Amino acid sequence: MTPAENKPSPVWTRKDLTGLEDLSRQEIETILDTAPQFVAVSKRESGIKRVPLLQGRLIVNWFFEPSTRTRTSFEIAAKRLSADSLTINVQASSSKKGETLHDTLDNIEAMHSDVVVIRHNCAGAAHILAQHHDSHIINAGDGAHEHPTQALLDAFTIRDHVRRQREDSNATLDGIRVAIIGDISHSRVARSNVWGLTKLGASVILCGPNTLMPPEVGRMGAETTSNLRDAIAGADVVYALRIQLERQQKCLFPSIREYIRLFRIDNESLKAAPAHALVMHPGPINRDIELAAEVADGPRSVVLEQVSNGVAVRMAIMHLLVNGRAA
Amino acid sequence: MTTTGQENSEFGESTVVLDGEAMNAAIHRMAQEIVAANDDLASVVLLGILSRGRPLAERLVSEIRNMTGVAPKVGSLSTELYRDDVRSGKRSASLGHMTHFDFDVEGTTVVLVDDVLSTGRTVRAAMDEIIDYGRPRYIRLACLIDRGLRELPIQADYLGWSLVTQPDDHVFVRLKESDGEDIVLLESRPGETAESQE
Repeated sequence: MTPAENKPSPVWTRKDLTGLEDLSRQEIETILDTAPQFVAVSKRESGIKRVPLLQGRLIVNWFFEPSTRTRTSFEIAAKRLSADSLTINVQASSSKKGETLHDTLDNIEAMHSDVVVIRHNCAGAAHILAQHHDSHIINAGDGAHEHPTQALLDAFTIRDHVRRQREDSNATLDGIRVAIIGDISHSRVARSNVWGLTKLGASVILCGPNTLMPPEVGRMGAETTSNLRDAIAGADVVYALRIQLERQQKCLFPSIREYIRLFRIDNESLKAAPAHALVMHPGPINRDIELAAEVADGPRSVVLEQVSNGVAVRMAIMHLLVNGRAA
Repeated sequence: MTTTGQENSEFGESTVVLDGEAMNAAIHRMAQEIVAANDDLASVVLLGILSRGRPLAERLVSEIRNMTGVAPKVGSLSTELYRDDVRSGKRSASLGHMTHFDFDVEGTTVVLVDDVLSTGRTVRAAMDEIIDYGRPRYIRLACLIDRGLRELPIQADYLGWSLVTQPDDHVFVRLKESDGEDIVLLESRPGETAESQE
């Protein structure tokens, strides 16, 4: 290796990942560019699916909301980096006894944690912890605010497909059109995706019932519509959000049946989308409500690729946070 | 050794270690040694350490094919995920090179190929990486240049050229495939030791 001939590589300097709103395009691309190596680690057929980059590090998954996919994905990502990981079950923890977040994290840090992955129902929880604690904090979802690792794995999955469709290994998301359909106002996935995708050069159109469309999205740089046909005509990606059935008692739309009629992604409604359009969903899917089974299991769906890529993208994030260095 | 010393305003004293002809001769000799040392060439695979180890590995394969009619399989090794300097923060965490080979290393003779052997830490990382993919019968090491300064007990089995260098010196290997020319340069920086210390 001849040091002077190394290409100047972007340097990662952030301690935490709390949201995509304050990341630059270059920082997002650094994460996406770091992930393919980790995709390859998970795909090793006969070899050991693990690399020693976080050997001896302690990663704590601290989940205040139910999660199967995200929590499992972080746990697998930690293991594939050779880190030690554990999950704090909040139902059985001291939070139930009134201990504050700061006190609990002080106690976790007293046991020398390196990375703390937190999902919390309050917007800003990860951000506040990141400001006051030395651990690397990763936001795994805070209220309706952000879910940055989901948006990063979504962007990675889209970019991977764009690159394959165009047979161009340097293709970017510039000019790509993404339609996000569903309950926008309660969706941290939608918010993080709007920040992330627009920074990467894509355009985002948000579509859902007017009652589920927050007024601030216009300021975030996304178009809005309540007409599904308009949203997906010309879309390279049709992204269905999960309808949060547990919020239905608030009566934000008249009935599930009406939602299905107007907004469900099925073979019929997809006729308005271009033939190459991908179908995505962050999971868990309410089958035949926001996404028809025929589409979820069909050839356009990349839902399971999102899940596979999620492990690699989370490995990339944990590696960059822990092993990145100041400029 | 060709010693056409030349002044380079940017880097100070620059010496040609190998020109194109000498480089080809060195690669040819390394290929001969690989053939002589391995009766069963069918079980030999070459893994080039990225980036310049890969084109060197391909040249060795081409020489071996010309000599014997057998072309060992060739692949690329990144080593970035196994480097000890990434974990200790001494090196950028950004990853650029992808390991790629489409054969099973189990039971093979893996010949690692790199352009410059120095501390030996890259080779250690490469061995760790290979062993995560399977258990080769042997791992051997082929390097175009050994510049000394070893920090680990590692030596080349097939060596193109040996050099005595100081830690502040730079050894540049340029290959036609990646840099448009075949040349190895040694640049000494007498007077600039303070700046280039790492």
